[in-house]
Amino acid sequence: MKGSKASMTMNKNKGTWYLMKKNYAAYLFLLPKLVLFTTFIAIPVVWAFILSFQEYKIMGGNDWVWLANYTDVFKSEAFKKALMNTTIYTLVTVPFNVITALIAASLIHSLGRFAQSFFRAAFYLPTVASMVIIAMVWRWMYNYEFGLFNYVIGWFGFESVNWLGQSNTALWAIIIMQMLIPFGVGIILYLASMSSISESLYEAATIDGANAFQKWVKITIPMLKPSTVYLVLLSTIGSFQVFTQIILMTGGGPGYATETIVHLIYKTGFRDFEFGLAAAQSVVLFFIILVISIIQYRALRHDE
Amino acid sequence: MKKFNTKKTLIVSMLLIFSIVSLLPLYWVFSTSMQLSSYQDEDLEKPTSYVNANPPKMYPMGIPEYFEHWGKAREAEKNNDLEKATYHRDIMSYIVEDTFNGFKRLFQQNNMGMWFFNSLYIGVVVTVGILLFDSMAGYVLAKKRFPGRNIIFWLIISTMMIPSQVTLVPMFIMVRDLGLMDTHWALILPDLSMVFGVFLMRQFMFSIPDELIEAAKIDGASEWKTYWSIVLPLAKPGLAALGIFTFMNVWNSFLWPIIVLNSANLYTLPVGLKTLQDANLADFKLLMSGAAIAAIPMIIVFLIFQRHFVKGLTLGGVKE
Repeated sequence: MKGSKASMTMNKNKGTWYLMKKNYAAYLFLLPKLVLFTTFIAIPVVWAFILSFQEYKIMGGNDWVWLANYTDVFKSEAFKKALMNTTIYTLVTVPFNVITALIAASLIHSLGRFAQSFFRAAFYLPTVASMVIIAMVWRWMYNYEFGLFNYVIGWFGFESVNWLGQSNTALWAIIIMQMLIPFGVGIILYLASMSSISESLYEAATIDGANAFQKWVKITIPMLKPSTVYLVLLSTIGSFQVFTQIILMTGGGPGYATETIVHLIYKTGFRDFEFGLAAAQSVVLFFIILVISIIQYRALRHDE
Repeated sequence: MKKFNTKKTLIVSMLLIFSIVSLLPLYWVFSTSMQLSSYQDEDLEKPTSYVNANPPKMYPMGIPEYFEHWGKAREAEKNNDLEKATYHRDIMSYIVEDTFNGFKRLFQQNNMGMWFFNSLYIGVVVTVGILLFDSMAGYVLAKKRFPGRNIIFWLIISTMMIPSQVTLVPMFIMVRDLGLMDTHWALILPDLSMVFGVFLMRQFMFSIPDELIEAAKIDGASEWKTYWSIVLPLAKPGLAALGIFTFMNVWNSFLWPIIVLNSANLYTLPVGLKTLQDANLADFKLLMSGAAIAAIPMIIVFLIFQRHFVKGLTLGGVKE
């Protein structure tokens, strides 16, 4: 450490160029990633913003239409519906999944080592399968005539429902599916954070006569706050990008009943080939996610 | 003996119910994929499909049927009733044929083998590339001091906030103009540029003591040799976690591949499964067979490397 500090002050005198030459190897190490990053992330991001102000022409010579794409986005019925659906989907699934992950992790944490690793695996396993697989099997489980889901709700006396085929149930079918997929990442993260909470806090509470539930509310939940913030942010961002279930289970239908933002971007860009409009939609998605992340981060951090 | 613990029993049974609910869809994939699709029993006139059964059959019906006929065949053989024995033996081989018929059709009539191979090799190529490039970048960003270090790091990290859908349209235009449309390069190159690993590797490299790197330098090792034989071996746990998540991401990636791939022999598994579903909307035995084949490798990888999954998740969270 000492040596590097000394060499730093020495280097400062010799200027940036000298430092760059001396560390040429560092740049070589960075080169492959930097080239890929620039080509396939940095340039496309900037390009997306430019495209969103243009009308794309295949023959070249795009027209600058400035904000016309954006006014189209906000005027379009499809986008309003997509925004609405995505918001409802997020508002229901994110709190539900984070809370159930917290409860599941708390229950698992109270068990012994073997039971802990068993349940951790049981809850994480379904999430390693691709969403494509999950969506395909749920489409089958939601089958009106032969599906498992209608059969199970039949035990409780409910009539069979054409879940994915009706506009008043399709979105809820997608939401219920997401609620029943365990939030494996959440459970694992919560378990890891729980094991780092100091035992002495609980011991002190026990001496003060707190019961298990009081300890959970007053110690566990506040101590897990950083994980909760992270998980809420992570799953909100993920949930605003919901796509795979939609294209495989409903195609956004019936009508616009299950249209979501990313599915709409896909349709606009790669079925209708309206690149400018699709770029504008994706920029809007970016800002929605950005604003929500900032609000959530502040709100959840503040009341500490 | 321990006292019977009511509270613990309650917790365990609640968790068991939760895990049954969460594992049920996966079970249903495998159960349907091996369900008898048509089967003519002695006392039934028409062939019955157990796939489309109401109420649903909860496990592959071929299993009990097989053993039933096996028993009958054995009995007939004991009684020297060869005709009857052959009859039951035939039904048994029919049951086996029909049970695995979905998988057979996938490989014979669809390109399942090709899709599987494509997913596998693209996953391996991207994972190896990411491990190499991201550990190189993470190493110098954590351990070297050079002009531009912080700017480069923050530039890379700031794009992690941007949803990947933003780059879809420009990447499509770019890939088309480069003539890479409908090639595997169109998948591999963008996947190799994912930045999450740089962040993860940099965090991990901080934990490697400077003294070891200094010592290697004093011994006259080149920069590359230091990285390759000192730094990389020490970063193994981080590499394992990153490797698993990269492979899983690539194996499961869907939105971009369905945009750039058009030829059936170039499809990856998720794309293949989508076209399979588009072409066979109601053939759930076939669809679930495909889903089962796509699910098995990830399940195996998870069961083997479970420890690394947990570590990777807690190292810095995962981008979903």
